[in-house]
Amino acid sequence: MKTGIVVFPGTWSDRDCAHALLEVLGEPVRFVDYRERDLGDLNLVILPGGFSYGDYLRCGAIARFTPVMNAVADFANRGGLVLGICNGFQILQEARLLPGALLRNASCEFRCEWVQLRVEQSDCAFTVDCRPGQVLRIPISHGEGNFFADPHTLESLEANGQIVFRYCTADGRITPEANPNGSLRNIAGVANARGNVLGLMPHPERACEPLLGGDDGLAIFRSAIHALNRVAV
Amino acid sequence: MTYRAEVFVTLKPVVNDPAGLTIRGGLHALGFESVKDVRAGKYLSILLDEADEDQARSRVEEMARQLLANEVIEDFRIELQPEPALAESRGGGPS
Repeated sequence: MKTGIVVFPGTWSDRDCAHALLEVLGEPVRFVDYRERDLGDLNLVILPGGFSYGDYLRCGAIARFTPVMNAVADFANRGGLVLGICNGFQILQEARLLPGALLRNASCEFRCEWVQLRVEQSDCAFTVDCRPGQVLRIPISHGEGNFFADPHTLESLEANGQIVFRYCTADGRITPEANPNGSLRNIAGVANARGNVLGLMPHPERACEPLLGGDDGLAIFRSAIHALNRVAV
Repeated sequence: MTYRAEVFVTLKPVVNDPAGLTIRGGLHALGFESVKDVRAGKYLSILLDEADEDQARSRVEEMARQLLANEVIEDFRIELQPEPALAESRGGGPS
């Protein structure tokens, strides 16, 4: 398996993602410049967190028009696995590869803290190693993570099982208190209808070693690796 | 012809606007108790050369749909007028 980590001007979590994959999981990675037009032989593409183009206009609005995003869209349309983390999630929504939008946090504050996520779907490529209802402890770090979609879209996300993660309490309850940013229905991560593109606000790469305070984030990367290996076999 | 387009981008009425709510709270704290609602948005001023006003408006609408606004959450409104100073200098009018 080969993972590409896309680097836009202003991306800041690229090295952390590379550390999680290469140093912790021993998977080969390649940094992909935002000007590249060909993803080559990659199996997994990660759009990491950060502030691409300074979040000017809207988070992800400018990055969406870079050359690499055409290649990412082609890759996704061919069924390739794409993971958008935080700003990467925002970019995938701007590119209409994922539904909804991410508004300013309801508190109007930047939130950097550990949260709990309940795994709602374990048949997504990024959660095959998880069981439904499993609670992952992973940090968030964002000012615009307040998930919004119109009522019709929300219902179709629910019906199609595209809501992959929700913010929850430590014992897995979905409560307003467990929601750090005002997201509708406590949504923390959604997939596309096909299930090969996932976006989430929390940072799994920052929860990849006990030294960092936890390693629950590895479940997401390991799931992608296992899903790809399963296809290869 | 040179036109100035002013584009106002606002959150759709159904979308919660935490910044607007916070500003309303600030105005109330200052004693402006008559304030019932505040919606925050973006303002863009765009100078462009187009053949005529219709063409200019349709180009700016394309810009708004493709980039300036995210229609999942935002509405936009365009105000367009000829840019007099530039229009005159281009037209080679009296100095």
